[in-house]
Amino acid sequence: MTSQTDLPGVPRRRRLKVGRRALPYLLSLPALLVCIGILVPFFTAAVYSLQRYRLSQPWARKFNWGENYLNFLSDPDFWNTLKISLIYAGTTVTLELVLGLGIALLLQRRTRFNNFVSIMLLMPLMTAPVLAALMWKLMTNSGFGILSYLVSSAGIQDFRWASSPDTALLTVVLVDIWVYTPFIMILLLAGLRSLPSQPFEAAALDGVPRTFVFWKITLPMLMPYILTATLFRLLDSIQQFDIIYAMTQGGPGDALTVFQVEAYLNFFQSTNIGRSAALMMILWAITFVLSNIFIKNWLRLRERAR
Amino acid sequence: MQNTGWFENCLRAVAKIIVIVFFMFPIVWIVLMSFQTNETILRIPPSFVFEPTIDNYRALITGKLETNAATLDIAFMRNLGNSVLLSVGAVVLALILGVPAAYSFARHKTRFSEDIAFTLLSFRFAPPLLVLLPLTIYFQKLGLSDTYFGLIWVYQLICLPLILWIVRGYFEDISEDVEYAYRIGGHSWFATFRKIAVPLAGPGIAAAGLLAFIFAWNNFIFALVLASADKQPVTVGALAFVTASGIQYGQIAAAIVLSITPTLLLALYAQKYLVEGLSLGAVKG
Repeated sequence: MTSQTDLPGVPRRRRLKVGRRALPYLLSLPALLVCIGILVPFFTAAVYSLQRYRLSQPWARKFNWGENYLNFLSDPDFWNTLKISLIYAGTTVTLELVLGLGIALLLQRRTRFNNFVSIMLLMPLMTAPVLAALMWKLMTNSGFGILSYLVSSAGIQDFRWASSPDTALLTVVLVDIWVYTPFIMILLLAGLRSLPSQPFEAAALDGVPRTFVFWKITLPMLMPYILTATLFRLLDSIQQFDIIYAMTQGGPGDALTVFQVEAYLNFFQSTNIGRSAALMMILWAITFVLSNIFIKNWLRLRERAR
Repeated sequence: MQNTGWFENCLRAVAKIIVIVFFMFPIVWIVLMSFQTNETILRIPPSFVFEPTIDNYRALITGKLETNAATLDIAFMRNLGNSVLLSVGAVVLALILGVPAAYSFARHKTRFSEDIAFTLLSFRFAPPLLVLLPLTIYFQKLGLSDTYFGLIWVYQLICLPLILWIVRGYFEDISEDVEYAYRIGGHSWFATFRKIAVPLAGPGIAAAGLLAFIFAWNNFIFALVLASADKQPVTVGALAFVTASGIQYGQIAAAIVLSITPTLLLALYAQKYLVEGLSLGAVKG
């Protein structure tokens, strides 16, 4: 009797085992499909970047191999794009880091008021960057904008914010700071509050000066958080599109044609798809290097948080 | 901290006030503006004293803007509806695809699963246009342009890495012994996942979902490149609205307020999990 009931069970159990072994693969199948959905267009872009490909002259489409990239060497527009992207990323991240660290230190103590402020600061971060740019566009409107009014009543005449090539960068950097400083702030605040208290208590007992404590204890212990937050922001900032596109569409002139804006305009306005793809490949190479450093650092921090 | 003098406390208080004013003022100003008529907005000097009006909101909600010359149609409510549909759709799809994958990545670590997880993560940081520009051409060929599904599928680029990495962390925190005990009781792998793992990771899944919603809602570039006029979410719609209606500043302000309210409310609700979500699970709040 028992052997009879067992017999059909054997192959069933084996089948189950096979099913169980295949299950992780089965469950990750959708994620794999999304991966393919990313990788196919990515390789397509890589191919486009090696072609002479303009929508206005479809008959002239052919492989020109590295020509799009070689042309960049003698193309002042490209160097302008590279320069502005680096200046934009460098300025925003540096200022946001200094401000974010300052504000995090200011709000370090867990009081009701400090917690309230840190929650309020989430609001700019949760505002869509495009809409934030539109808000600042209204605030700097030359007719009724409150900031234009304040600047002119401070005696500065003819300050034209985003409409002047001299101040356009300043304006978008300001919006970026408004949106993203809270990001660095809340990450560093979480970091600060998670630091062990013993070194600080010991330093206080010994009467160590506070500047010394800051430079020799707080800052080194906070470094992993600072590094993660900075790399995170650097990766986003060098690709900034929303704020700049909403504010000036890359203008006035070529004052704000950062990588993604320039590639977008190349693709949709001058329909030079080859150049657009080559620009994106160069930006990808930059972010690839940065994201590898980032991911290593992020993994270490994540391991510690577990 | 006890030995700080009153002078330093004053400095701190002043600094905090400056911080609050800088970060809150634009939102307050735009909300005030949304309750004003164009005449009071254009007053010089600007003043905070005005007779509030809800006409701007009424015009947006009814979709009809009465001007001296004619009645204009505003499609803003449609944009708002599109945003809801796209964001909810994207999050639901990401949860359906992402949560089981996160579980399998947490419990069965293989080369293969790690490769997928890291590819998704590294493309989270790749320039979106790199993938989007070829996609415009593929979408036309596949007939996906001008469909909600096409956009929801592309939104997985934002939502899926977020869900995968945050939820995976929560699953890793669950002790395997609990699951093992339940399995010994004769329950299947799927029942264990459904009855034990998912409820235990519930708060994490909810938080990741809310964050994914916020990111999907705030996204601009995907819809700008891929969405046709009648599928555009608020981020693209608001920009088009500014260009089209030019001087209807009150309505523009009201449109911005309506567009940012959902994410701000969700952020307040989920603020406990924001730190963890924003750092993709690397920093606990």
